[in-house]
Amino acid sequence: MAVPKRKMSRSNTRHRRSQWKAAPVSLVACERCHEPKLQHIACPNCGTYNRRQVLDV
Amino acid sequence: MPQPAKGARLGGSAAHEKLLLANLAKSLFEHGRITTTEAKARRLRPVAERLITKAKKGDIHNRRQVLQTITDKSVVHTLFTEIGPRYENRPGGYTRITKLGPRRGDNAPMAVIELVEALTVQQSAVGEAEAATKRSAKDAAGDEALADLKKDEAAPADAAAEAEESDEAKDA
Repeated sequence: MAVPKRKMSRSNTRHRRSQWKAAPVSLVACERCHEPKLQHIACPNCGTYNRRQVLDV
Repeated sequence: MPQPAKGARLGGSAAHEKLLLANLAKSLFEHGRITTTEAKARRLRPVAERLITKAKKGDIHNRRQVLQTITDKSVVHTLFTEIGPRYENRPGGYTRITKLGPRRGDNAPMAVIELVEALTVQQSAVGEAEAATKRSAKDAAGDEALADLKKDEAAPADAAAEAEESDEAKDA
């Protein structure tokens, strides 16, 4: 089985890990309460979707 | 012939999925709206709507077929006496799925599936009007196509008749 010949330097490790980034989620303003929310999903703040009450708040 | 669904079952086996969907449908008819994962809601929708279509027909044969899925007689009774008649003039689409976003704990996308309201008189009138305009548009298109066909048939016949006449003239 192939195995690493040399220890990986801290620099190389950190360079590699510097590319681990979280992508920002795209949010839209809720139609009713203008809070940021995910698209196509009921607003967790006011509980409406398409101006229809879906959740009890 | 109905094609079997491909891919994994909910719950692990076909029997487990059948029971799971039956229980979800029972809860939906009992409470009117249930919160579940999006995958389950999407699988439940056709099952529940087929049961409602059977409830709309309302005879004993359909009732027995529904009882094969939902074994609770009181739920079947409400389905046939309340839910079925409510959708008398709605041609399908009895449920609505609204997404709620990921769940805490396992990040599963959640959704609410609910029975929609009965059509109001105004809504059903609009639906009928739309259907009527669609029908008349279709009829008009059919008439035009028919007229074109007749024209095409008439034109070659005339040409042939003229040709014959000219031949006769030559002979004479």
